[in-house]
Amino acid sequence: MNITVRIWRQHDRAAAGRMVSYGVDGISPDMSFLEMLDVLNDQLTAVGDDPVAFDHDCREGICGMCSLVINGIAHGPEALTTTCQLYMRHFNDGDTIDVEPWRSQAFPILRDLVVDRSAMDRIIQAGGYISAPTGSAPDAAATLVPKKDADRAFDAAVCIGCGACIAACPNGSGMLFTGAKANHLGVLPQGQTERHERALAMVNQHDAEGFGGCTQIGECTAVCPVGIPLDMISFLNADVLSALPRKQD
Amino acid sequence: MEQLFTVGEPIQDAKAPAGPLQDQWEARRFGAKLINPANRRKLSVIMVGTGLAGASAAATLGEAGYHVKSFCYQDSPRRAHSIAAQGGINAAKNYRNDGDSIRRLFYDTVKGGDYRSRESNVYRLAEVSSSIIDQCVAQGVPFARDYGGLLDTRSFGGVQVSRTFYARGQTGQQLLLGAYQALERQVNAGTVEVNTRHEMLELIVINGKARGVVVRDLVSGTLETHLADAVVLATGGYSNVYYLSTNAMGCNTSATWRAHRKGALFANPCFTQIHPTCIPVSGEHQSKLTLMSESLRNDGRIWVPVKAGDTRAPGDIPAAERDYYLERQYPAFGNLVPRDVASRAAKNQCDSGHGVGPGGRGVYLDLADAIARLGRDAIEEKYGNLLDMYQKITDEDPYRVPMRIYPAVHYTMGGLWVDYDLESSIPGLFVIGEANYSDHGANRLGASALMQGLADGYFILPNTINDYLAKNPVAAADSSHPEAVKALDTVRGRLERFLSINGSRTVDSFHKELGAIVWEYCGMERNAEGLEHAVGLIRALKEEFWTDVKVTGVNEELNQTLERAGRVGDFFELAELMCIDALHRAESCGSHFRTESQTDDGEALRDDAEFAYVAAWEFTGEDSPPRLRKENLEYHNVELAQRSYK
Ligand SMILES: Cc1cc2nc3c(=O)[nH]c(=O)nc-3n(C[C@H](O)[C@H](O)[C@H](O)COP(=O)(O)OP(=O)(O)OC[C@H]3O[C@@H](n4cnc5c(N)ncnc54)[C@H](O)[C@@H]3O)c2cc1C
Ligand code: SF4
Ligand code: FES
Repeated sequence: MNITVRIWRQHDRAAAGRMVSYGVDGISPDMSFLEMLDVLNDQLTAVGDDPVAFDHDCREGICGMCSLVINGIAHGPEALTTTCQLYMRHFNDGDTIDVEPWRSQAFPILRDLVVDRSAMDRIIQAGGYISAPTGSAPDAAATLVPKKDADRAFDAAVCIGCGACIAACPNGSGMLFTGAKANHLGVLPQGQTERHERALAMVNQHDAEGFGGCTQIGECTAVCPVGIPLDMISFLNADVLSALPRKQD
Repeated sequence: MEQLFTVGEPIQDAKAPAGPLQDQWEARRFGAKLINPANRRKLSVIMVGTGLAGASAAATLGEAGYHVKSFCYQDSPRRAHSIAAQGGINAAKNYRNDGDSIRRLFYDTVKGGDYRSRESNVYRLAEVSSSIIDQCVAQGVPFARDYGGLLDTRSFGGVQVSRTFYARGQTGQQLLLGAYQALERQVNAGTVEVNTRHEMLELIVINGKARGVVVRDLVSGTLETHLADAVVLATGGYSNVYYLSTNAMGCNTSATWRAHRKGALFANPCFTQIHPTCIPVSGEHQSKLTLMSESLRNDGRIWVPVKAGDTRAPGDIPAAERDYYLERQYPAFGNLVPRDVASRAAKNQCDSGHGVGPGGRGVYLDLADAIARLGRDAIEEKYGNLLDMYQKITDEDPYRVPMRIYPAVHYTMGGLWVDYDLESSIPGLFVIGEANYSDHGANRLGASALMQGLADGYFILPNTINDYLAKNPVAAADSSHPEAVKALDTVRGRLERFLSINGSRTVDSFHKELGAIVWEYCGMERNAEGLEHAVGLIRALKEEFWTDVKVTGVNEELNQTLERAGRVGDFFELAELMCIDALHRAESCGSHFRTESQTDDGEALRDDAEFAYVAAWEFTGEDSPPRLRKENLEYHNVELAQRSYK
């Protein structure tokens, strides 16, 4: 296949950026999207141009590092798929493909397609944990967890922290990511004690980082590579509401 | 050929207390000096790596009150490669009452490692395994549960009990998130400072003690020196020396290699694990290989067509014309033989023309019987995400068509040598997780790496490093110290050299070529002639690399090509040492299969009289041969036997 990619190039945080077109030839349908970019980068290096910077690491859909907006959609056209798990067989010979970074107020661009997502870590720092001391804990079998709760926690815990939900949201809201963490810990017996304060602390940090509010549009869940559902946000909101009156007294 | 190595004085672990195995860890903890909480605040520890080992250790040391500076090359600590582990984590809980015990886990690990690991360390690992599960559950790790709400387990290759705890096919992710959250909790508490997108490029040693690191800020290119009272490396394995492996693209040896060059012994570098169940290579462009967790071997049956060169679709091959070769050759363990055995068996089938798929480098892993027995839903519940991943990559439906698998490089048992305290041969430099060589001997059992990483980080290091810190007060030093300045200059000089070569070949093209050499001659099978040849090839290619590589851009920017060049430069040196190590070890053991040393029926043949030792290598200079320091292994609690899984 021969294709054209139009890619966002920007030297650093402060520089202006623009879309630049490149032709990439001899692409096999079995290549991943990132391997196609590897080919492009070899091509650029050969002529002494700077290769395109993009984030990636595991290349198997689990680390959450890859982060491209492809033809206007975070992680590209395939549902439930990260950028690194997208294969060229989903494109056609002669296609022109637009490739842009995650765009969001809270994600400054560092170079080309690489953005700074550290705000998401700070949401976890604010409360996204169970305060279990390290080094000593009761026997694991002492806490029974009903299978349905364990499964529900797991379904939330699979969030890979990629930030696609935020990149896709017209409000730049991080509520799906935050809601997933609130659910993961909030449905487990171990997570009950801090449940409401945890939700409130994370949401406060979320707002402080400049993420927008949620107006239930649903773009987030549509692009989420692991299918985190929208009702995680309702759970989060309910927990925050429960925390509020207690804060006032 | 000129002399490839010299032999120096033997070494020994001096930290494991004498006495019965089951009392050693208790005795060591009691013997270790403690530091009072008020004084811990004045002590700082550098922790390079935020995988299971590094995150758990940083969180625990932070909670104990030390000041911890943590580093990782990704943009978040949560993305360390531990996140990708799929299958599970072992623990001798014996919840199933199937005869498991600390002793059995210890025994299985020593045997699985083909008797090339230290008894004291392995016993301790088995001993703390249960506490890991407790710790993780308390943190909210959503392990699989049965309908009664109890923890579920499954069995893994190389053992006959069910002791593997799991969280669907994402066990590593869930464990790492637990450790990451504990780490972020400490960041919030102000005890741990996390530096993401920072890569360690040099170790700083002052008066013989590890005191700091030189790191490059990967966004701005700024070189920084950080000093502390002790340094811990938790930087993972070096499988990427093969270019194609199941590791993440950024996994590297730079941190461990730079420490090696500064005096840390590198142990058993040739012990690299080839995992039997990965998706086969599909073409030239391939950038990495994807693992299909071996837990699939619990339910999947491995077979090839009886007739060599059979090109019929798998569904058209009747049962009588399928060779379930593992079940046939190893009736006792069947599809659950250890990884090295399963990998070599697959290679042999393909070498003799029975391989399937493009290029004939693949065997079938067939879930049909399990789906018929348990139903599609049960299989989806257990392996859903793996099977989806398989389908995305291959465009084939594993619920209907048998999966094609082939071995790929996956894990490195070798690593920096450490004693019982997990301290390297440089005082004050501790090494934990996959980066050390400690517990898995010549072959690691499935689900034991996660166990080791968390054992090291939550339980072992935090109980040994205090002894070092209490006994080794050091004078404060800052980045103006001559050793720090020298280390920084070394790094700067090397980066400048890369940028000035301006040759004609890409970094990746060298990495691919290097990987192909190592895979061919130091992969699933090795022999003296091939290894000697490989050393020559590696040296020639390294020479070309340093004269013809092309690294664009400058240092003072986000420059991913420059990052890769540094990693590949270190892989060249490591690759040579791996081949020398493999060459000197003329026996077969575990993952290290020397064609010259096999039993009549083609199994690995150990030579305990000659080789019952850890090969720890000392760096003696860029152009001078490495020096072999042997740590003799003594077994008082297990009897050395020829492994048999028949
Ligand atoms: C696909 C896959 C599946 C696996 N499945 C299982 C399983 O089911 N069960 C099991 O027991 N084991 C499994 N393993 C093995 C296990 O995952 C690893 O051995 C283990 O997670 C390693 O943990 P670690 O903390 O030592 O290193 P890692 O998790 O690799 O972390 C390394 C850390 O070091 C940092 N780092 C590295 N180099 C530098 C540098 N130069 N400067 C700064 N930072 C650096 C990285 O940023 C990272 O934070 C699997 C491995 C793979 C690849
Ligand atoms: S909720 Fe989905 S899209 Fe958002 S960070 Fe998590 S995995 Fe990514
Ligand atoms: S590179 Fe890890 S999820 Fe895509």
